[in-house]
Amino acid sequence: MPVTFTRTPVDTERKHTGIGGKPPASRRPTGGGGDGDNWDGQRGRKGPRQLLTRWRLGVFFALIGDMMFFVAIVSSFFVSQAGGHFDPRTHNYISTWRPVSVPSILWLNTAVLVLSSLTMEMARRQLFREIDVMEEWLGMGRPALRRATPWLIATALLGGIFLFGQWLAWEQMWTDKVLLASDPARYFFYLITGFHGAHLIAGIIALLGALASLSLLRRVEYRQIVVDCTAWYWHCMGVFWLFLFALLVSAQ
Amino acid sequence: MTDPLESAQAIQHSGPNAEPRRRRSWIRRYIFTTDHRTIGIQYLLLALIAVIIGASLSLLMRLHLAWPDLPMPFWGVMKPEDYLALVTMHGTLMVFFVLTTAPQSGFANLVLPEQIGSRQMALPLLNAASFWLTVLSLLVLVSAFFMPGGAPISGWTSYPPLSAIAASGPGQALGMDIWLVSIGIFCIASTLASVNMLTTIVAERCEGMTLDRMPLTVWSWLVASMITVLVFSVLFAAAVLLLCDRHLGTAFFVPMGDLVNGQIVGHGDGTPLLWLHLFWFFGHPEVYIAILPGMGITSSLLANFSRRPALGYRLMALTTVLIGLLGFLVWGHHMFVSGMNPYAGTAFALTTMAIAVPSTAKVLSWIGTIWGGNLRLTTPMLFSLGFLSLFIAGGVTGPLLALPILDAYLHNTFFVVAHFHLIMAMAAIFSVFAGVYYWFPLMAGRQLHEGWGKVHFWLTFIAAYSTFFPMHLAGLAGEPRHYSQLSGGAASMAALIPLQRYISISAIVLVAAQLIFLTNLIWSVWHGKLSPANPWQATTLEWSTASDGQPIVLRGPYDYGVHPGQSDFLPQDALEPNPE
Ligand code: HEM
Ligand SMILES: [Cu+2]
Repeated sequence: MPVTFTRTPVDTERKHTGIGGKPPASRRPTGGGGDGDNWDGQRGRKGPRQLLTRWRLGVFFALIGDMMFFVAIVSSFFVSQAGGHFDPRTHNYISTWRPVSVPSILWLNTAVLVLSSLTMEMARRQLFREIDVMEEWLGMGRPALRRATPWLIATALLGGIFLFGQWLAWEQMWTDKVLLASDPARYFFYLITGFHGAHLIAGIIALLGALASLSLLRRVEYRQIVVDCTAWYWHCMGVFWLFLFALLVSAQ
Repeated sequence: MTDPLESAQAIQHSGPNAEPRRRRSWIRRYIFTTDHRTIGIQYLLLALIAVIIGASLSLLMRLHLAWPDLPMPFWGVMKPEDYLALVTMHGTLMVFFVLTTAPQSGFANLVLPEQIGSRQMALPLLNAASFWLTVLSLLVLVSAFFMPGGAPISGWTSYPPLSAIAASGPGQALGMDIWLVSIGIFCIASTLASVNMLTTIVAERCEGMTLDRMPLTVWSWLVASMITVLVFSVLFAAAVLLLCDRHLGTAFFVPMGDLVNGQIVGHGDGTPLLWLHLFWFFGHPEVYIAILPGMGITSSLLANFSRRPALGYRLMALTTVLIGLLGFLVWGHHMFVSGMNPYAGTAFALTTMAIAVPSTAKVLSWIGTIWGGNLRLTTPMLFSLGFLSLFIAGGVTGPLLALPILDAYLHNTFFVVAHFHLIMAMAAIFSVFAGVYYWFPLMAGRQLHEGWGKVHFWLTFIAAYSTFFPMHLAGLAGEPRHYSQLSGGAASMAALIPLQRYISISAIVLVAAQLIFLTNLIWSVWHGKLSPANPWQATTLEWSTASDGQPIVLRGPYDYGVHPGQSDFLPQDALEPNPE
């Protein structure tokens, strides 16, 4: 028996659904349509939006995992900061933790990174302007490509400048003979800036990928997904950096 | 000879509207596929390979413990460091590659999308990628055996300084690095797998599949995936820090002035406690990743085979979430005697006691579900009952160990080994067996042989208790874990050798009983009884016989025995039977 035939009436008539007094299930949220990519399929309520939601969710969950990585590093930071050892000569509990004074160029870098988040957001918004989307959808032109490209390039450049700035900070520390293995505070300075830098390199690669895909991908919704997900990743790295930087500054 | 996977799909995609599957090359269909069901079977096979290696290693360990002077294949007369290498690889294989992959990724890939009425996973490519990363990670791990110096010796928990200093043991140079790399890859793989799983559960449910209609298996996969995403990154961070300690000259984990082989290796203010905190923040939730899916499977199967609704469905969903949450607050119970602040020990003891409450609620619900029910003692049901029994037996020792005073004596003894082998090794594996017997028709289109299944169950059940229960006694007598020999000076320990011999003999029986399972498995793929579409008369959607592609869910997952006189079960997507 085709299920479509009777679906709504049967559903509303049911009394013992085991969920007492709630509206019929067809009117309660389930999250999705469950039919994957079958957009052109017979039953409604599927569409490009669903694919975007899925990818966003995926990036969101992955970023939660990534956040826990930094949480672990920061917790270790505090544990090490409080650590020490017993010194038999002075009969004291002493610590080798000597705070790192943050190179002042980091302030500039931070400003650059915040700016890059703004340009990234501008790029992202270009892909969701309704008129443009419609135009691209109908195949009449590529307005979003034209509008978003400069913003994406700007973001990648600003990201590059940030990384270069971080590198300058490291160089400055090396000339001052502040090396990774000198003492716990230094380990963390290098590790935190290093891990965050590695994440940004991944972000720049994603940006370049997004730039390429803007002209390569055939469907509007795929182009939206690539730029949108890159943007959320980029924003998130910006926010992570603000926290990490605050930690470094407050501990100096 | 029919293609087993094809006939399995025939069960699922029969009917007039089923689209003909595009035929792909053999490699695309069975090896590098994005089809979630095939990936599920691949995960299960990976776990099977890992469990075979892991169990063989444990047999070598058991033989050595009982007959220390017996020469072993590959090793000759075993040196203490060889024994420790076996312990390490056994634990790592079992915890990561068996208990994390089979119940979670294996079964979820096999049935989760169908159970929520979806045709596929939300992110199929990511799903396939995480499987192949897991394979890579397993290969890297096993390669540690062939490194100069052999496999690492610091146990699955890899406590520093042992794990941080290359000079501290034969396998601690390259072998340990390999271990860390393997675990790093595994962390990434399982995080990605869980990202896919979470997205699927959140975004892919079909019409009518509201949260309070999800089968309890789906609830447990949801919570276990959430835990995975949150804790594996922490293990990853710990592994990275340890690698820094080993190669970049940092000292996160090695204390000042630490002596190894007569040389001072500690030069910073590191502390092994930091590793313990990071590791167990991962480690305790990890044991729930291993057991939660088993709990979900048990709830579903007990309801099905007693033909009654799962008792307290909402409470069961709630306790699943609660166990997941509380699991984040108890890691310190592994560290009572580690030199952690004693006040912290009290706090962790309290949170650990608290987690026993939702666990007990679950046990009560299972007992209530089967109590006075019309039990169908099929093989999957027997294994679910076995899970229940082993979960109780292994669970009661948990709160004992959670008392800091008792744990000061019992920590690192065979008592702990007994606790976690009963609950983690045996109970969790029993739920995996239950799942395999139950869902085998979805894998091969045929059923496993029931008679041999029952023989397999009884032998395994008896041998499991007979192997792991006496370990409590060894632990109470003070036998430490990770010791390769009991003979020698300490007379009190030598007195335990007969007990250890008994345990070893039952372990051999236990492993031998699995040969029955393996034979049954291989035989049934081609010769098993052809399975009807819904062999267990189940209500959940993976067994749905509706001819039409996308189901619409009309009721909760456990409508068993609700309409006496008519059909005693109502699938989630079935229309109401006509009252005539
Ligand atoms: C009522 C629930 C539980 C309580 C109160 C509990 C308590 C404990 C305690 C206090 C320890 C530490 C003992 C020591 O090292 O001295 C421990 C160890 C362990 N538990 Fe549990 N546990 C419970 C359930 C579980 C479950 C469900 C699993 C796995 C499925 C599990 C797996 C383990 C493992 C693997 C270890 C040993 C880890 C190691 O040292 O290698 N436990 N448990
Ligand atoms: Cu624990």
